Amino acid sequence: MIKVNSRDFEWQEGMTVQRLLELKEYTYVKIFVKINGAIIEKEDYATTMIQDGDDVKVIHLLAGG
Amino acid sequence: MDIKALKEAHSLLAEYSYEPAKLDKGYTDKTLYINIGENKISTKTVTPEIKEKFIGGKGIGLKYLWDATKPSTKWNDPENEIIIAGGPLCGITQYPGAGKSLVVTISPMTDIPIDSNVGGYFGPYLKFSGWDALEVQGKAEKDVIIFIDGNKGIVKIEEAPLEAVDGHVVSEQLTEMYAESEEDKKNISVISAGTAANHVNIGLLNFSFYDIRRQVTRLKQAGRGGIGKVFRDKKIKAIVIRFKGTKGDLNKPADQSLINKAGITLHKQIHDLDDVQCRMRQIGTANIIEVMDKYDLLPVHNYQYGKHSDTFKIASDVFIEKFITQGMPDGCWFGCSLSCAKAADKFELLTGPYKGDLVTVDGPEYENAAGLGSNCGVFDPQMVLEANFYCDTYGVDTISFGTACAFAMECYERGIINKDITGGLELNFGNGIAQLELLHQMSRGEGFGVLVGQGVKVMKEVFVKEYGADADFLRDIGMEQKGLEVSEYLPKESLAQQGGYGLTNKGPQHDEAWLIFMDMVNNQIPTFEDKAEALHYFPMFRTWFGLMGLCKLPWNDTMPADNHLTDEPAKIPQHVQHYVSLYNGVTGMNIDKHELIRQSERVYNFQRVFNIRRGKGLRLHDAMPYRAMGPVTIEEYESRQDRYDQQLRELLDYNPEGKTTEEKIKVMRDYRYDQYEKLTDAVYKRRGWNTNGVPTIEHLKEIGIDLPEVVEVVKQHL
Ligand code: SF4
Repeated sequence: MIKVNSRDFEWQEGMTVQRLLELKEYTYVKIFVKINGAIIEKEDYATTMIQDGDDVKVIHLLAGG
Repeated sequence: MDIKALKEAHSLLAEYSYEPAKLDKGYTDKTLYINIGENKISTKTVTPEIKEKFIGGKGIGLKYLWDATKPSTKWNDPENEIIIAGGPLCGITQYPGAGKSLVVTISPMTDIPIDSNVGGYFGPYLKFSGWDALEVQGKAEKDVIIFIDGNKGIVKIEEAPLEAVDGHVVSEQLTEMYAESEEDKKNISVISAGTAANHVNIGLLNFSFYDIRRQVTRLKQAGRGGIGKVFRDKKIKAIVIRFKGTKGDLNKPADQSLINKAGITLHKQIHDLDDVQCRMRQIGTANIIEVMDKYDLLPVHNYQYGKHSDTFKIASDVFIEKFITQGMPDGCWFGCSLSCAKAADKFELLTGPYKGDLVTVDGPEYENAAGLGSNCGVFDPQMVLEANFYCDTYGVDTISFGTACAFAMECYERGIINKDITGGLELNFGNGIAQLELLHQMSRGEGFGVLVGQGVKVMKEVFVKEYGADADFLRDIGMEQKGLEVSEYLPKESLAQQGGYGLTNKGPQHDEAWLIFMDMVNNQIPTFEDKAEALHYFPMFRTWFGLMGLCKLPWNDTMPADNHLTDEPAKIPQHVQHYVSLYNGVTGMNIDKHELIRQSERVYNFQRVFNIRRGKGLRLHDAMPYRAMGPVTIEEYESRQDRYDQQLRELLDYNPEGKTTEEKIKVMRDYRYDQYEKLTDAVYKRRGWNTNGVPTIEHLKEIGIDLPEVVEVVKQHL
C-alpha cells in the first residue's frame, strides 16, 4: 500500500511514477510529483520506481477555472 | 448596409461637451453620469475616500449603485443603473490581461447586484476618454444610442430607430458609422445586447473590439446575471466609444519600470511554456474540456454525471483542427500575449435568420462547450459553435442558457413537461436543433424558449404551479442558487467547491473560487478550517481582478517553470508579486500582498452588506441545490456506486451491504448536508461574519469599511 495525496492506494510490483499516473488517470499537464517529499522531474517519470509504503503527492496546479 | 440612411434617421436628444480629464497614476478622478430618461449628462468627481475604499472597477460600480438605489429598487425601476468601470490598472499594455471592464447592476435574475468582467476595448477607451466610470440611469422612451467621442470631448444621446439589435450586426453597423476611416475602426468599441435580451432574463452585453487582421468586429461578453435585459429595458440599443491615440503610457503610471519588468517576465514565460501548459494561444479556455471529462467534472445531462463516452467529439483538438483559426494573436486587449480570444472564421450557419451566412464565432470557451454541449448532451461541435454564435448575437448568457436548457431537457425526459408544454419541441438530451430553436424563440419573443430564458428559478415555479411538478424534486435538480444558474463544473464530489459556488456574493459563478483539484484530487485542504481558509483567500484574491480591470487568466493559466518549488504553488506567488508591482507601479502606492487582500475584503464585505440591505445575503440564501452536493437519483448513485459505498463505509461507518439505493441515498444526503453546514460555519467565521452570514461590526472596522450606512444595515441583523 502507498499513499497518494494522503489516501491509500494499492501498490504494484515495478510501479513507476508514469504507471501510477496512468492508473489514476491523471492526465492533466500542470502537475508535479513528489515522493517522500522529493520532487520528481517529468523526464524521470518513466524510470522512477515507487516503493511499497511511499508517500506520493501528485499535485494538480489549477486553482482557477 | 446603408449606414448613411441609418445615421440620417438619428435625432439628437442631448449633447454634452467636456474637457477630457488628464489621467494620472491610473485615475482620471472623473466619472460620467448619463440619465437617458431625463436626457441629462454630467460629471462627477471621484474623491480620495472612494478610491481608498472602493479602488475602481466593480468597487466603484457597487458604491454608485448603492447610492443610486433604495433597498426596494427593482431591476426595471428607472433608478437602477448600469455602471461600467475599468480600474486603475485597466488600459496598461505591458502586462497581459489589463483591458477589462466591470459591469454592475441590479440583476433581474437575483434581485441583488451582479458584476460581470468583460474584455473588448471599451473599458480602456472610456478611461483614456477621461472617465474612470460610466453610470447610466433612467429609461428612454424609444431606442437610443449613447456616443462618447473621447478625443473631441463630446457625449451624445441619440434616438436611433433603424439599427439592428442583434449584437454582431449592430456592432458592425456602428463601428462603420462612427469610424472616420477604415484605419479608425480599431478606435471604436460598441456595447450592445441582442434581440433575445428584449424578452428573456438571461440577457447579456456584448463588448466589441475591431480585429484589424480579420476585418471584423469581434464580441466579448459580460454574460452573467441578465445585464443585457436591464440594458434593453432601458431601451439602449448601444453605447459607442471612439478614442484615437492608444499608447502604452496613457495611464501615466508613477513608475513605469515596475510594470515593464513584470510584463517582460510574463511574456517570456508565456512564450516559452504555453505550448506545453494550457495551450491558451491555440484553443483558449476550451483546453480543459477533455480534462474535466477525465476527472469526472464535466457536467453531463444537467449535472447528473461527470463524463461521457462522446466527449471526444467536442474535445479541444476537434475545435482546433476543424474550426478555430490558428496562428492569430487573439488578444482581447493590446499586449495580451496569452491571447486566448479564439475564433472560428467563415463559419456557415445552418439555422435561424442568418442561415447561410459565413460568420466569425468568438469561441468556444470552455463554459460554452460544456454548457451548450455536454450538459445538454449535445456532442456535435458544429451545433455547439452555432449555439455559441446565436447566444452572443441574441444577447443570451451561454452559461445560464446551457444550465437552463439542461434542466428543461431533464424535466422533459422525466415526463415532468411534455410536447404540449414545449410547443412540440422534443427536448431530449442531445437534440441540438431543439436547443437552437429555443434560442430562436427567445429572439422572436415567442414559444417555450421565452420561459426557458427566464432561467431555472422561474421555470421551477411555473412547472410546479401550472403543471403540478414535485417542488422538492425540482429544488434538488434545478441548478440555480440566488436565482443564478450554476456555471459549468460538477461540484458534487468537492465540498470546497460546493462552498466555492454557494458562499458567493452574486450567485454560483466560479470566478470567486475554483477549488476542485486542491480539494478533491490533491487533498490539500482536508479540514473545514483548511477549506475555509481557501474560501477566504481565493475569493478575496480573485475579487481584486475586478477592482483593477484585470483578466484572471494570466494569473493561473500560465505559470513559472519553478512554481512547484514555491511554498504555496496554488497561489502562484510570483504572479501575486507581479500584481503588487503593477499596482504600486501605476498608483505610486506601496502595498504588499496582504494589503492586496484587504483591498478586496472591503469591497467583498460591502457587497455582502448590499445584499443584506436588499433582504438577501443571509445564510438561507447560501444553500445549494442537492444536485450540486450529491446523488439525487438512483441512476446518479449507481453510476458511482463503488465510490459512494466506500464513502459510506469509511466516512460514516455505515455498511451498505443489503441496503437499497434509496436508503443509501438518504444516508448520504444527510451526511453531505451536514458537511455543507459545517463548512458554512467555518467559512463565515474565517470571513468575520456571524453564524447567519452577517459581517460583524468589529470585522468591518478592522478592514476599514465601517461606513455609517454600512453599519446601519448590519446593526439590524446582529
Ligand atoms: S487571457 Fe484571454 S480573456 Fe484574458 S485578456 Fe488575454 S485574450 Fe483577453
